[in-house]
Amino acid sequence: MSQQNRLKSGGRIARNCQINFSYNNQSYPGFVGDTLASAMLANGIDIVGRSFKYSRPRGIVGAGAEEPNAIMQLGATEATQVPNVRATQQELFNGLVATSTNGWPNVDFDMMGALGSIGAKMMPPGFYYKTFMYPKSMWSSYEKYIRKAAGLGRSPRESDPDRYDHYNQHADIVIVGAGPAGLSAALVAARSGARVIIADEQAEFGGSLLDSTALIDGEPAMQWVTKVVAELAACPEVLMLPRATVNGYHDHNFLTIHERCTDHIADRAPTNTSKQRMHRVRSRWVVLATGSHERPLVFANNDVPGCMLAAAVSTYINRYAVVPGNQLVLMTTNDNAYAAAFDWHAAGREVVAIVDTRSGGAGVQVADKAKSLGIRVISGAAVVEVQGSKRVASVSVSALNSVGDKLTGTLEQLKCDTLASSGGWSPAIHLSCHTGSRPVWSDQVIGFIPGKTVQKQLVVGAINGTFDLHSCLADGTATGEQAVLNAGFKLASGSADSGAASTEIVTENPPMALYHIPHPKPTSRAPKQFVDLQNDVTAAGIEMATLEGFESIEHVKRYTAMGFGTDQGKMGNINGMAIAAKSMRKTIPETGTTIFRPNYTPVTFGAIAGRHCAGLFDPMRFSAMHEWHMENGALFEDVGNWKRPWYFPQAGESMQQALERECLAVRESAGVLDASTLGKIDIQGPDAREFLGRVYANAWAKLAIGKCRYGLMCGEDGMVFDDGVTACLAENHFIMTTTTGGAARVLEWLEIYQQTEWPELDVYFNTVTDHFSTVTVTGPKARKILEAVVDDIDLSNDAFKYMDWKVATVQGIPARIFRISFTGELSFEINVQANYGLRIWQAVMEKGAAYNLTPYGTETMHILRAEKGFIIAGQDTDGSVHPYDLGMGWAVSTKKAFSFIGKRGMQRADCVKEDRKQMVGLKTKDPLQVIPEGSQAVNDPNQPIPMTMLGHVTSSYYSACLGHSIAMAFIRNGHNRMGETVFYPQPDGTAIEAIICSPIFLDPKGERQNV
Amino acid sequence: MQKYSGFGLLKHALSHHENWQRVWRNPVPKKKYDVIIVGGGGHGLATAYYLAKVHGITNIAVLEKGYLGGGNTARNTTIVRSNYLWDESAKLYEHAMKLWEGLSQDLNYNVMFSQRGVLNLGHTLQDMRDIERRVHANRLNGIDGEVLDAQQIKEIVPMMDCSDRPRYPIMGASWQPRGGVARHDAVAWGYARAADALGVDLIQQCEVVDIIIEDGAATGVMTNSHGVIEADRIGCVTAGNSSVMAKMAGFRLPLESHPLQALVSEPIKPILDTVVMSNHVHGYISQSDKGDLVIGAGIDGYNGYGQRGSYHTIEHTVQAIVELFPVFSRVRMNRQWGGIVDTCPDACPIISATPVENLFFNCGWGTGGFKATPGSGHVFAATLAAGEASEMAKPFSMFRFYDGALIDEHGAAGVAH
Amino acid sequence: MFYIYCPHCEEHREEEEFHAAGEAHIPRPLDPDQCTDQEWGEYLFFRNNPRGIHHELWVHAIGCRKFFNMTRDTQNYEIKEVYKIGQQPNITGASEAAAAKEGV
Repeated sequence: MSQQNRLKSGGRIARNCQINFSYNNQSYPGFVGDTLASAMLANGIDIVGRSFKYSRPRGIVGAGAEEPNAIMQLGATEATQVPNVRATQQELFNGLVATSTNGWPNVDFDMMGALGSIGAKMMPPGFYYKTFMYPKSMWSSYEKYIRKAAGLGRSPRESDPDRYDHYNQHADIVIVGAGPAGLSAALVAARSGARVIIADEQAEFGGSLLDSTALIDGEPAMQWVTKVVAELAACPEVLMLPRATVNGYHDHNFLTIHERCTDHIADRAPTNTSKQRMHRVRSRWVVLATGSHERPLVFANNDVPGCMLAAAVSTYINRYAVVPGNQLVLMTTNDNAYAAAFDWHAAGREVVAIVDTRSGGAGVQVADKAKSLGIRVISGAAVVEVQGSKRVASVSVSALNSVGDKLTGTLEQLKCDTLASSGGWSPAIHLSCHTGSRPVWSDQVIGFIPGKTVQKQLVVGAINGTFDLHSCLADGTATGEQAVLNAGFKLASGSADSGAASTEIVTENPPMALYHIPHPKPTSRAPKQFVDLQNDVTAAGIEMATLEGFESIEHVKRYTAMGFGTDQGKMGNINGMAIAAKSMRKTIPETGTTIFRPNYTPVTFGAIAGRHCAGLFDPMRFSAMHEWHMENGALFEDVGNWKRPWYFPQAGESMQQALERECLAVRESAGVLDASTLGKIDIQGPDAREFLGRVYANAWAKLAIGKCRYGLMCGEDGMVFDDGVTACLAENHFIMTTTTGGAARVLEWLEIYQQTEWPELDVYFNTVTDHFSTVTVTGPKARKILEAVVDDIDLSNDAFKYMDWKVATVQGIPARIFRISFTGELSFEINVQANYGLRIWQAVMEKGAAYNLTPYGTETMHILRAEKGFIIAGQDTDGSVHPYDLGMGWAVSTKKAFSFIGKRGMQRADCVKEDRKQMVGLKTKDPLQVIPEGSQAVNDPNQPIPMTMLGHVTSSYYSACLGHSIAMAFIRNGHNRMGETVFYPQPDGTAIEAIICSPIFLDPKGERQNV
Repeated sequence: MQKYSGFGLLKHALSHHENWQRVWRNPVPKKKYDVIIVGGGGHGLATAYYLAKVHGITNIAVLEKGYLGGGNTARNTTIVRSNYLWDESAKLYEHAMKLWEGLSQDLNYNVMFSQRGVLNLGHTLQDMRDIERRVHANRLNGIDGEVLDAQQIKEIVPMMDCSDRPRYPIMGASWQPRGGVARHDAVAWGYARAADALGVDLIQQCEVVDIIIEDGAATGVMTNSHGVIEADRIGCVTAGNSSVMAKMAGFRLPLESHPLQALVSEPIKPILDTVVMSNHVHGYISQSDKGDLVIGAGIDGYNGYGQRGSYHTIEHTVQAIVELFPVFSRVRMNRQWGGIVDTCPDACPIISATPVENLFFNCGWGTGGFKATPGSGHVFAATLAAGEASEMAKPFSMFRFYDGALIDEHGAAGVAH
Repeated sequence: MFYIYCPHCEEHREEEEFHAAGEAHIPRPLDPDQCTDQEWGEYLFFRNNPRGIHHELWVHAIGCRKFFNMTRDTQNYEIKEVYKIGQQPNITGASEAAAAKEGV
């Protein structure tokens, strides 16, 4: 029997497009235009899941974002699985595959459910805090079962094949919600010429009008909508975004709009299409026209399949041509919900009764209509209990006192299969709260409405407690005008279409403030009355929480888990607050206000991430020689954003073999290093020299033009944070180098001092890191190789001294050559305009072949400098060591007039105390043993734990040149412990023995770099 | 105090759960106490509990301006670990860890402390050096830990991408098996219930608006709801509000209050058994017993008391998570929130006497507060009981920022600053 | 995400182009060598960190690279004003409190 609940005509479905979908491995028909939920209801599917705690069978309750039960696992393949899809918000497509997310062996017959009624008593709110503690060792076992039972759908176990993108937008006015109020505002805004974005979470614009039978301007409401949409589409400055949820409202009118581009088409987006798009929108003004959510009432067994929201019933009938049952009882506190009964009747099914909780019943228009249709109306009464397990079978009705807290009279049982309830409407205020604005309770609205905000925001329609269509149209127009003027535009003058659309004014009897229907038994003993369906939170549970002393509404929510599901309490929170308030004899506002945070509805992680994954996660920076490195087998290391060659293994070489070859080549003949990535800052101005003296620990006053000097940079706390060579290019011109990773930080450091502390100093900075490529040739044969590539200058030791720099022409390219050395060998660093780097590199390689010129990477660079005891800032320093700790007092100028940055800091009490950790060298007792970096030193490896540690090893290598291992390390009072032995305990229980020595292992007089 | 147990649960089930005892009283505060603790979060409640339990000082009040545990205790990502670098902080966090290991039994309240292990990932050579250094120090300090390579990590977290594909491939990680998570609300409620049972007065919706000082010594507080309440000693444990409190007492703290954001996914079936943290790509993740993926970001760079931060911080964190776990791309984020973390220049707390006599502060825990809760309370209780910093608290004096004895835990803090 | 007016570029730009650089108006002591450890520590580390009106430094890092001052409410994140280095704020905690009293 297929689609037994589908009406033969009507609805907004495409009846000529029948499609098929699968639910729990069974195939069903539906139509394009259906949601998964409407198609399931059409096919008479009652049970869509089992509740989380009690495993009770559950059916579809709502028709939109508020749906708590119809949570599906979607996906025909492993990689395209999507957990927790709300069936009411998933458009049906051909071949859609859905399964329920719990219930074993299946939702219809679930083992837990059988036990649930017994076990349920043992599971009041917070029960897990009160048990599972004894014996202590069993907790991890208990927890395994708790975790297994938790969770709805499941994550895919393969990578996501789909792409998601981001789109930055700027608008004058963003209108959230394309219902009557939003569309009215949009029309005015569009006509003014302002740039407008109007977004709605549904596939079609219209909002509440999509299932309304009202007339606007004399014609069916949706025809008005069609006209409006057509006019908006014709405006070039208007962007209409259906299937787009404004899920977050952030400071200063920044909104995120999550657009589902292809979720209605298939599992996977079509080729070269993004599945979803996140619009990141900055808008001058925002109009919130987000409508409201209907609340159900809370009564015994209100979770049996067949219990639904009244408005959802209307939606299914009018929009999807589906009647979800045969015999309806409607319970309502308000006039509005009578429409559900009228729609049911118009669909040709039986309305057993309308139970109106108000003793006065409905307004005249609505009451008369019910009468004329022959529908029985029971006023001043309520449904107190539903009977039935897998579907509503009957309900019990009782008379109710006028306040709604006492039952009077006897129970009458009514046979039916559907119970629709309406407890009123809660304004969808969520977005208005995201930036911290607290909503305000209104007794007149019987709900929270938006409070004061500092954001440039207007609210209109049901979100503000205006529920009647006539006012929504009028207010929407007025708010649109307000937004236009606020945004600095003029209203479009005197067109024939100006003014609000018109509709019939319906006089209603005021709704009744009622949330929880009393039961003949006390709440704690009555059958469960559900407040939050997804988390199985009942009225009894909430009362119990307050009796236990959880009196703040936040405590109640956290203790009971109310509102923490994927529906975020849209249906249940107000009812829950009311029950908690009553239990504590307070009003709702006295119990607290509910604050909402993003997201309005859940958002796919992939959409938030956008394209910024893998290669696009972070920029990748390369030197101009990168391709050469790749072609020559380099392995790379990430240093900041840069890819630097780490080492260049030749065929069959292990890493160790490659390093030994590279190191030996440098010291015996020559090596070449791509040093392009080091930070370079161009510093100019008459006060450049003075400035350098203030930011470096050492002296700069006498550095001549054409000379370089190593600079040590400290923070105001005296600790070393960067270093590098700075060269004097001209009287007012220097070029500073920094570590690769520190470049940006140092530049900002220089700027903050010049701009905010010493603006009187006339000095300017520019980053030139990627303006130059740097080819470093180092080793005894370096001069020979340079002579072969340099066109013009004298490179002899007399003419070009150590720490000089010179202008030269290299292979016809203008260059600066710096004779500085990080290896301790004769060294020349050729700097050329960046795009010539590869040409110079190749020329050097060609001429260097005769001298065994060997390309090397960062690892060899590390080893060679360690042989000379040169520090690497960031590896040998961690922000807690000052120059004296490093044995670099020679780099601190005490003679400078200005109290340079770091001077005062390194004189603080803790910095000058005895027993500070000091940098030393280490030689292992077994010369071939290499101490792992990070190892901690102790005097006695046999002491009990916790051991007294003296400091750690910062750099450690096997030195092929020296034939033994070397290390740099911190040792307490190390400078006074030369020749002493320390131990480095290892994870395997052994300890490496080492002797403290100078960190300068090779050529302590520095002769080799001076040749 | 009514004892909780499985048998008790059964008894209550049979009487329709109508007879549960209140978890704590709602007393009217006295005019004077021996000790006032300002701040009813995890640390403040733990302090009150240990003052009563360990030191026999029960004439105390905890004054909380909102609801108990409603500040950062309600907002953190529930991670517990003790693998910090420096001796002083390692000792403090490990002290907390040992208390965690018996806490549910001690409080007779299941705080759902789950030692499922914590991984701190390394993505660069320097990351790995820092990890090795920390793990060596942990080991010699008696704190469990080892360094794992990418293959070993893959065995623990099969769904994580340990290949070469990511922008910053995983090179290795530190692994603390005894680390894990706990239920944050339960910690606050457990301590509150136990403290209340020992006679501690828990006063909610009571905001301290001034600290009363006479001759350089604090004698009490002025509250918005109950006027003046006097005390011999005052302990201030108000994360997210410490500078405001200090101002009342006439001094400044070396703190900046920053937003720290976190988010959860919708609940899904178990897929992640451990805690994964990456300083380098800025994100950390675990899966709660309810099934949601709990994800934390780095702090926002500006000062913020709004309990929310900027959207691009969330974006960057989610990008990091999707980088590490490409399989989670189709899972949905449910909601986000923020706390206010008081960050110290060295990422270590302040547990200290102040320039005002009788006034002590426990603050500046930044992003590392939740894991320290039992230890912080225990040590601060000892400090308040003695009237001077206890042994373990001494290195965390606020005056270390004068003499320069900072304890820089930015690396081990594991959260981007 | 903040929308920040750069007083140098003279236009609003996204927060992603900037970052905060701490409390403003903290001058480096002119004679550091005469400061006690306490005074130096106060300069380095101790901050007002108010809940409310805050004067803070921002830098337009991916833009003009210039620093400027901002008066912002750290509670509701409203940016009250931006002003160049060397200028003084028009809006302060005191002026806001006075305005609030008058019901402005």
